[in-house]
Amino acid sequence: MANENTPAPLEYAPAPESRAVARLQASYGLFIGGQWRETIDGAAFKSVSPSSEEVLAEVTAAGPRDVDAAVVAARSAYDGHWGSMPGRQRAKYLFRIARMIQERSRELAVVETLDNGKPIRESRDVDVPLAAAHFFYYAGWADKLEHAGFGPAPRPLGVAGQVIPWNFPLLMAAWKLAPALAAGNTCVLKPAETTPLSALVLADILQQAELPEGVVNIVTGDGTAGAALVAHDGVDKVAFTGSTEVGRRIAEVVAGTHKHLTLELGGKAANIVFADAPLDQAVEGIVNGIFFNQGHVCCAGSRLLVEESVADTVVEMLKRRLATLRLGDPMDKNTDIGAINSAEQLARIVALADAGVDEGASRWSPPCAIPERGWWFPPTVFTEVSPAHRIAREEIFGPVLSVLTFRTPDEAVEKANNTTYGLSAGVWTEKGSRILAMADRLRAGVVWANTFNRFDPASPFGGFKESGFGREGGRHGLGAYLDA
Amino acid sequence: MPEPRVEVKKTYKLFIGGAFPRSESARSYVVDAHDGRFLANAAWASRKDVRDAVVAARAAVPKWGAATAYNRGQVLYRVAEMLEDRAAQFAAAVRDAEGATARAANAQVAAAVDRWVWYAGWADKLAQVAGSANAVAGPYFNFSVPEPTGVIGAVAPTDSSLLGLVSVLAPLLAASNCVVVLADEHRPIPAMTLAEVLATSDVPAGTVNVLTGPVGELAPVLASHRDVDGMDLAGAPASIAGELEAAGATNIKRIARPVAPGTDWSADPGTSRLLRFVETKTVWHPIGI
Amino acid sequence: MHTDADQARPTAIPAIAQRYVDAAGLDAATLSGSEDRLARFLSGLPGVDQVGCEARAAMLATRSIKSSTKLRAIDLAISMIDLTTLEGADTEGKVRTLCAKARRPEPQDHTVPAVAAVCVYPDLVATARAALEGSSVAVASVATAFPSGRASRRVKLADVADAVAAGAQEVDMVIDRGAFLEGRVGAVLEDVVAVKEACGAAHLKVILETGELATYDNVRRASWLAMLGGADFIKTSTGKVSPASTLPVALVMLEAVRDFESVTGRAVGVKVAGGIRTAKDAIRYLVAVNETAGAGWLAADRFRIGASSLLNDLLLQRRKQLTGAYAGHDDVSVE
Repeated sequence: MANENTPAPLEYAPAPESRAVARLQASYGLFIGGQWRETIDGAAFKSVSPSSEEVLAEVTAAGPRDVDAAVVAARSAYDGHWGSMPGRQRAKYLFRIARMIQERSRELAVVETLDNGKPIRESRDVDVPLAAAHFFYYAGWADKLEHAGFGPAPRPLGVAGQVIPWNFPLLMAAWKLAPALAAGNTCVLKPAETTPLSALVLADILQQAELPEGVVNIVTGDGTAGAALVAHDGVDKVAFTGSTEVGRRIAEVVAGTHKHLTLELGGKAANIVFADAPLDQAVEGIVNGIFFNQGHVCCAGSRLLVEESVADTVVEMLKRRLATLRLGDPMDKNTDIGAINSAEQLARIVALADAGVDEGASRWSPPCAIPERGWWFPPTVFTEVSPAHRIAREEIFGPVLSVLTFRTPDEAVEKANNTTYGLSAGVWTEKGSRILAMADRLRAGVVWANTFNRFDPASPFGGFKESGFGREGGRHGLGAYLDA
Repeated sequence: MPEPRVEVKKTYKLFIGGAFPRSESARSYVVDAHDGRFLANAAWASRKDVRDAVVAARAAVPKWGAATAYNRGQVLYRVAEMLEDRAAQFAAAVRDAEGATARAANAQVAAAVDRWVWYAGWADKLAQVAGSANAVAGPYFNFSVPEPTGVIGAVAPTDSSLLGLVSVLAPLLAASNCVVVLADEHRPIPAMTLAEVLATSDVPAGTVNVLTGPVGELAPVLASHRDVDGMDLAGAPASIAGELEAAGATNIKRIARPVAPGTDWSADPGTSRLLRFVETKTVWHPIGI
Repeated sequence: MHTDADQARPTAIPAIAQRYVDAAGLDAATLSGSEDRLARFLSGLPGVDQVGCEARAAMLATRSIKSSTKLRAIDLAISMIDLTTLEGADTEGKVRTLCAKARRPEPQDHTVPAVAAVCVYPDLVATARAALEGSSVAVASVATAFPSGRASRRVKLADVADAVAAGAQEVDMVIDRGAFLEGRVGAVLEDVVAVKEACGAAHLKVILETGELATYDNVRRASWLAMLGGADFIKTSTGKVSPASTLPVALVMLEAVRDFESVTGRAVGVKVAGGIRTAKDAIRYLVAVNETAGAGWLAADRFRIGASSLLNDLLLQRRKQLTGAYAGHDDVSVE
């Protein structure tokens, strides 16, 4: 196709989003009782940009006494003004927060991209709008709890201790805080160690919204802060999103206590493509499924199960499409693939990808210019993968797709379900009855048909089996935070 | 000595299709305050104005309906922001209309804003409460979803010039209907002020239309109009309520009868108004490979 | 169509090619006699999911095209324009003015490229040819009872013959949408084949009138039909019906020409027309070309934009890129 007469492709000139809107401070304390506070027994640490390794800000790693102070503040707010506040007044705080997230959307998107490494297009078009939408949606439930299907007068649980991951920092904060507050709880939120900044901007928004003190407390830090929070006696409800391994430990700690628990853990989702799928859109769905957010998605479609009769076709189309993906500076508006969030995560991805090669699978990546600084991994496709391979069974949490084939719908279901995880699945076919039959049989909490990675505050999200329990989003999402 | 300032007096017109036209009949009628003071010459809507309002509402049905529920909720919340911003103006209008004390007027306005916010938050939850997946005895996926009835004629309550109106109008919009409102004939100014708020709040033109004039003349036109899908007779005079309902039978309108006298508009409305003008659609689809 | 070009067929995507070849055994001559086989082939093409297609187009529209890329894209877009006037009130004077603009869009800047072609009704072709003498700008003529196509084949072919005789170098025909929607795909194909023959040396663009086809599935099928019939270009719209060209429709057509080339080795061009008024719109189409059909289509022999007011917006944007200040609408000439 290419010869000396072929025009040159359109090379996109750099289109950087401006950093100036971020207004990052040099250092941040802990947000407790409506105030910014110095640590009692913690330490300072640095939050780093994974695309450049530069230091973005100094933040505080909370110590156990800090966590205690936060829980005390949350309890005080719950027993005091928040616990007795009518729903229609709580609602208005949440509406304010939603609006302010919209107003400060560019600032939040830039901070998120700098701190997390994800492309600005994604933080701008997905993370921030969805975060606002979650607050908006749950604001509307705060004064309608008697209509939510949990009885005539459902009560909140009390103080919620919430530990969130680094892959969608602001959005995960919204997923946790919005329903908890709508239901009348107060919160202590522990953002992920590598991505504290957007939560700290959110704290500023909470102050602007005049949210009463202690209703939300944000304690940044590492695993020890999270452990302290989960183990604290003053916490009535624990909500965790993260790896299945940590989820197990939390379940053990909470066992035998009075605490309610919900977990949203890992996944190894099957994206099932039938021969009669709308192929061009299916390829988009495969790409979106595993390369959106660099594959740092619990519900990523990390296993492509393609009907054998179209396997070659689909893989060829996929490779052609991957060649148009742009990897690079996350602040560039045309970047599709951003940085890997940390050196540790990169090492895990590299190890598993190497294992894939060792196991005999065929590895392919499109040509990609990797920047010198920062942590990067090119979009990678493994073909000739068998269900016994590690790359077919273990969650990689990176931009690595394993391709397997199937012959019949039954075989597709069997392979898709053959995992201890059960978070999500994708089905691609033009045949409606087959979509519904597959949805019926797939052991996954979210089934996407002819689409993938669609999220909405009205749509319950959560897993089967070792992908966790409890739902976030929708009417069902209130259940995690009500005594019902 | 400073010269006394002469106020610019406001002209009140109708609100149809997102614009403020005069009545097609060019007639007007006098609106007095509760104490007999002259307030304004309100537009006297004619049958043709009713017809135009119905046309505008019908044209807005696909637009209001095409918005996502989330977007409708956002637009309705925006209306609440605008209402709150103009709280003092509304309180003054309510005081003039009803003779309420400042405290009572402020309370009514606050309640009206809060009620509007309440309904704004329903837009994207209605389907979860009124819809369902139904366990039929066969290999079918069967689900029911609520859809808007369509164009609704609403006769505003006559015992609460703002809160009553909001309580009737907001649920209709939250359920995605488009509305032709016949304002409280003798206390229309809060309704026209609300129309101004709607015009500046991203509500698509024609979603709400507000007509002022003699309800006894206008309501029968709406009730017998075959392109109106439902009538909320909340504030309709008891003397004609029956004939309005009978007139509506021509195209099997869904009818909500007048409210009882002495209705406490500040009470929790529950979901009955929200669910009144909703059509349930049930879909079957086989499950099979 | 299988020709000797098979031997030179690019090896880029053999798997896709094999799939279609197995399904079809394509040949216009034998297909004409087997409408059934043709219909089944067309129905067997992969479906297009509307939501997914529109989402992909929306994502392509978020590409931020700045500075040097924007300048290149503007000049590329200008060079791809079919500057069009198709009004009942067209006169020789109007056409001559248009042609002057076409060959020299910017009187004060000779670095601005000429447009690709001028597009007129058949009875104004001679005027256009004379006015464009010595320039690189081609004369395209609509034909086949444009825009509706509602006439007998005899009349439609006579329309083409007139245009060609008058000197049209390109012919933009319309497919019979009525026949398509009735399922008479054989008749649609035969029209294209007949018109292609009547074109002689002139290039044939086949207008699908995608707004009337209504679904993306139909756009895909009509695209293949036109290409099987010998189209040199497939074109979205007459510009007389709304909706005219949209980005998702163009996406489907770009996928079709990409896939057709990998099956047959023959590259067919895409022309988008109708409703493309701003430089921003045009650049979005170029991004779609770039990321779908690929760089091979980033030239006027494979991609065209049918427009009239677009040219001025491109010129205004070009000035802004070069001078840094927004230009006013009197800075460019009326057509």
